[in-house]
Amino acid sequence: MHPLALIFLIIGVPAALALAYIFIRGSHSLRRYVLTRIVLTIPMVLILASLVFLVLRVIPGDPVTSALGPKGSPEVKERLRTNLGLNEPLFIQYGSFLGDVLTLDLGNAMTLAQRPVVDELGERLPATLELIIPASALALGIGLIFGTWAAVRRKKTSDYGFRLYSVAIYAMPVFWLGLLFQLLFGVWLGWTPTGGRIEATLGATVDRTTNMLLVDSVLHGNWEAFRSVLHHMILPTLTLGLILSGVFLRLTRINVIETLQEDYVAAARARGIRERVITYSHALKNAMIPVITLIGLQVAILLGGAILTETVFSWPGMGRYLVDRITARDFTAVQGSIVMFALFVALISLAVDIIYSLLDPRVKY
Amino acid sequence: MTNTVLYSVRDLSVEYATRGGLVHAVDRVSLDIHKGEILGLVGESGCGKSTLGKALMRMIEPPGRITGGKLLFDGRDLMELAGPEMRQVRGGRIGMVFQDPMTSLNPIQKIVDHLTETIQAHEPNVSTAQARERSEELVTRLGIRDERIDDYPHQFSGGMRQRIMIALALALRADLVIADEPTTALDVIVEAQFLDLIRELRAEFDLTIVLITHNIGVVAEIADRVAVMYAGRLVELGSVYRVFDETAHPYSRGLLRSVPNIDLDEGELYKMEGAPPNLLAPPPGCKFHPRCPEVMEICPGVEPELLPLESGHNVSCWLYQTQPDRQEEGIRG
Repeated sequence: MHPLALIFLIIGVPAALALAYIFIRGSHSLRRYVLTRIVLTIPMVLILASLVFLVLRVIPGDPVTSALGPKGSPEVKERLRTNLGLNEPLFIQYGSFLGDVLTLDLGNAMTLAQRPVVDELGERLPATLELIIPASALALGIGLIFGTWAAVRRKKTSDYGFRLYSVAIYAMPVFWLGLLFQLLFGVWLGWTPTGGRIEATLGATVDRTTNMLLVDSVLHGNWEAFRSVLHHMILPTLTLGLILSGVFLRLTRINVIETLQEDYVAAARARGIRERVITYSHALKNAMIPVITLIGLQVAILLGGAILTETVFSWPGMGRYLVDRITARDFTAVQGSIVMFALFVALISLAVDIIYSLLDPRVKY
Repeated sequence: MTNTVLYSVRDLSVEYATRGGLVHAVDRVSLDIHKGEILGLVGESGCGKSTLGKALMRMIEPPGRITGGKLLFDGRDLMELAGPEMRQVRGGRIGMVFQDPMTSLNPIQKIVDHLTETIQAHEPNVSTAQARERSEELVTRLGIRDERIDDYPHQFSGGMRQRIMIALALALRADLVIADEPTTALDVIVEAQFLDLIRELRAEFDLTIVLITHNIGVVAEIADRVAVMYAGRLVELGSVYRVFDETAHPYSRGLLRSVPNIDLDEGELYKMEGAPPNLLAPPPGCKFHPRCPEVMEICPGVEPELLPLESGHNVSCWLYQTQPDRQEEGIRG
């Protein structure tokens, strides 16, 4: 099966189950809300795709000039342009692109081997997922645990320490932290590799199913590759995860401080509930509602951060692919990547909204 | 109501550290709470009655602090208990009902989870199913259909939530319930129903209740005894009949006269002169003297003690007490 189809299946099955739950148990208004959101995703993606299409045609340069440079003869360039369909009227190009988007085909890339864009993305998207899923888990973990920790010890030394950490880490550019880590752990200490997803010699030994190397090496029992992948993941995950953890920490801290002052917390104390239970089960759970909302808003930032992290760590994911293809003015590849990003962001924010409504019984849509 | 003392408070003081200095929210209060009684604790806003209620559970949060006194509950001084022991008292022996039932329940926790969590915090051996069964019985007793405990707080009305708060206070068969303005957020009809329920529950569960309120009407209706607080001090304490019919302290008199009374045609409502004192810099001597219509020479100088006027009726006022040193100077009263 195509890796992209497989990934969307992996995301899609739990999403479908959640949707089924909402449609069976949820209120009428929730059902309508979710349905509206799903339907609205379509125009959102189309509008974004159209914008990208337009912008790519407006900025100077095209795939042919980028590939051949000033040296290419005008006849060759003209022939290549005709072959790529760039000499067609704009609305014809636009029409065929929209058709591609609607059939989820996305066309062929315009440079290099002119492979289908879906195949290229099928190799890159899993790599990016393998970076951003553990990174956001790390960020969320650090944020929730230490944010709560700081809130409980408000105005004590450790609280000031965590606040300083979160501001400093938030202000730090991703690539700079990445370079520092490479220098420290990769070069001076020699503990970790400084780039790539897997040792070059092992890469070929992994049978590809999902193109997420960690998953594939487990699926096929290739433990040597598994260790190598883990080893390569450490620095990029740490870089992206730490950068994102600052916001989560601050937001968790301030929300836990707020919920700890709520009447129901005092009421729980008056019932003799343990302080630990009050902090984690009453205060943190309530405080998590806005934090979960932030995750939805952070997905876009996360993808942006992933682009820089991938560039620093030579991680062959969506981010690096997009940067390369923009430089090469590969119209179809860029359009396809953006559509994929848009779908992804839309899916995540929908998922966040659903989680939100399940977490907070008061939410009515 | 018996005369057995359940809770004996001795010289309790609570201070809050603020930017402006120390606020003596509760100032050397001594009070006996009898088993089975409903004790009304009344006073203006900011007189320290809520702080006293919290201090009875040793639940003063920083910047507040209990600075002195004894809390002798059922023979033990609660001030000497370690954290886990104190936790067993809270919710186990002493329950609390808060002012605002809208915000006193965790919005994302089902009612049943509030109840089972409380039961299991005190009796870890009780299974969740058993705790659920007990919770169902309890809410049914309080007039809520048992299947509704699977709902969330926002699906309940204010009166129902307040009954849930009571159920939570009673989940472990507490001896003493401290109710801090429990009816303030309720409308008058629900309030009346709630007071009836309190009365029934007192008989049924052998409860002792401290009812903190600024609503004199509620106290008159339900309490056995009344304690009047002013500026962190207890100024009058006695049975409802004594305090209401033979009000001794000038402050209590003013307080009672400020209550609208439909039977009396007094025209304009009585308004007490002046404002409650600034507790950062309370007046010397009797704290009520700047507003007192019957102020005497001694009042600004020496603070009166809370002493018996008659059996079961104590008052802290120089009008009723022999003044030190100056008895021969002829003072009215």
